[in-house]
Amino acid sequence: MILLLQYTLIFASVLMLVALGGCFAEHSGVINIGLEGIMLIGALGGALAMKYIPTSVGAPVMILCVILASALFGMLASLFLAVAAITFKADQTITGTAINMLATAGATVAVKAMNTAASGGADVSSEITYTAAREFFTVRIGSFQFNWFMLVALVCLIVSFITLYKTRFGLRLMACGEHPQAADSVGINVAKMRYAGVLISGLLGGLGGIVYITAGTNAWKFENGVAGFGFLALAVMIFGAWHPGKIALAALLFGFFRALGNVYTGIPFMAALNLNSTVYNMLPYIISLVVLAFTSKKSRAPKAEGIPYDKSQR
Amino acid sequence: MKKSKDSVFRRLIGNDGVQTLLASLLCILGGLVIGYIVLLIIEPSAAWGSITAVIKNFLRYPASLQGKYLGQTVVRTVPLLMCALSVLFAYKVGMFNIGAAGQYVIGACATLYCAIALKLPWYVCLLAGTAAGALLGAISGVLKTLCNVNVVISGIMLNWISLYFTNNLLARDGIKRPTGPETIQLINANPKALMPTLGLDKLFGEKSAGIAIPLALVVAVLVWVVLNKTKFGYELRATGNNPNAAKYAGMRENRNIVLTMAIAGALAGLGAALFFLTGLVDWETSISSVPDMGFNGIAVAFLGGLSPLGSILSAFFIQHITSGGGGVDLRYYSSQISSLISSLIIFLCAFVGFFKLAIQNRIRKSDEKRAAAQAADDEKGGESK
Repeated sequence: MILLLQYTLIFASVLMLVALGGCFAEHSGVINIGLEGIMLIGALGGALAMKYIPTSVGAPVMILCVILASALFGMLASLFLAVAAITFKADQTITGTAINMLATAGATVAVKAMNTAASGGADVSSEITYTAAREFFTVRIGSFQFNWFMLVALVCLIVSFITLYKTRFGLRLMACGEHPQAADSVGINVAKMRYAGVLISGLLGGLGGIVYITAGTNAWKFENGVAGFGFLALAVMIFGAWHPGKIALAALLFGFFRALGNVYTGIPFMAALNLNSTVYNMLPYIISLVVLAFTSKKSRAPKAEGIPYDKSQR
Repeated sequence: MKKSKDSVFRRLIGNDGVQTLLASLLCILGGLVIGYIVLLIIEPSAAWGSITAVIKNFLRYPASLQGKYLGQTVVRTVPLLMCALSVLFAYKVGMFNIGAAGQYVIGACATLYCAIALKLPWYVCLLAGTAAGALLGAISGVLKTLCNVNVVISGIMLNWISLYFTNNLLARDGIKRPTGPETIQLINANPKALMPTLGLDKLFGEKSAGIAIPLALVVAVLVWVVLNKTKFGYELRATGNNPNAAKYAGMRENRNIVLTMAIAGALAGLGAALFFLTGLVDWETSISSVPDMGFNGIAVAFLGGLSPLGSILSAFFIQHITSGGGGVDLRYYSSQISSLISSLIIFLCAFVGFFKLAIQNRIRKSDEKRAAAQAADDEKGGESK
């Protein structure tokens, strides 16, 4: 049972971080379908940091470096979306889809090239192993394995809420997603705000990526991407009505269903059901589809999301 | 003389189709150049040989084998073209069918289940695959019209659901081969399920080439006819251009959305059936991510300028470089370099609108300049009189 709680919390952290990222981008008026790819690139940054920074630096330095590397890589990936969608007014859905494909292909090519070069051709896998560094992120409290990323996610949640609703920056950001023309007319730089929104989503998405790949394994195969977690996070965001508090609750719910897949063999009554593991793999997606079907009618989506800002359309 | 030549060029560049073609070529060039740079960064000595291998694909083999590898490329082009048709069909109505990937997967699932478990003949399997794809597409459409669920989001969820469902169903005994993760080969399980070859197998020297190739071309032409020459197609395009105006004109928006998504799904499902019934490959039940086919369909559709006929060319091109990816120098690179190139191309495709706008602005400006010069000339003429 404690294992279930532990996995629920860690998966909820991932979903919450990434959904908050999506929330910032959409509140600024840009749909970020590319979160899946951004997560993977962020995860790549973190995994490289864990692999190449010697473990002798100690836990705090390592944790900080990994977080910084993932955030930075995530922001770099999101820059692709920002430049295309804001500066060049490209279609945001196509750009986002392209980023997802680009991230998987790019990460696979890069990691395979690194492994091939390092091993002289013996190892052509797209896998990065980070067993030693991963130890730093967890603290055992009894049988519960506390992960520092859970705290990071909580901090991000609180900071996001305050930023969006209690600061001038956040309110201006949201104005750009609701009515950019009106925002522009009172002197807000819409393009700048949208860049900020997308870059913040890159930062949070990248963080979510590293949390995801370190959640249950000591190595990650980058050609597999992040198994649709970026998209699940989008569902969490919609279910959470684009509001940080509700997103946190939605993330817990979805995290729980995702965690079931990892631990159901250890729970007697569920193991007795004798369901195939693919059923548990499908569960989060089915639940999210059903939940969306019931909650999408009254959409609270930012009004101007997905529409490139055109100054001449007042 | 010079003037008339100039005007031909201007008329050409002013043509929408020519602009699309130019933009697509520019995207391809951009993708290849960036891909080449990536190869150079990884290992400079083998980069040129590898990028030319990607571009040459079947041409890098000796003449006697070129037909066989060309045949394989064409056979693989078929499902890609169908997925592209699926994406562009939905896009005409203003919907982004990212669910083509899942519709393709579920199409493969139904096709192979009918072929291997139920031992049905090929045309029944073909219909089953098409119907399964249509059903999945219709679910997205219904969720959109009844519950206002974004087609992109429902499509993505259904992609993963179909993948896990398919892997589960096809991994059962009697469908999956006992020794590996793939399904049993059709030739052993049920030879009746293999599609007729119409002599194309002998033409290419590749036994998987067959009826799927002409059938796919016919479907592409049909899609063009439906979109451009029928009342239904007109309604769809009107709904895509301006849903409110279409509604006001009495077009049934909801019915059209569901129907469009069902047709888009059917196209992707048919693509899977036309591919797996050739017996070239079998479904691998251990894959853990949604196959690229549907996503590459998006690249193909946009590269082809969202036209069914343009998609035929771009589908062949994308498959050509994807197959060519196997020819890179594997001591340094991985074959995924071609997925990198095709994803770069789709990323650049997002800029096509901007590129066209730039050309149009350029033309307008030079027109204005010319008009101004003309006016100045006239004025001068008047003075000298």
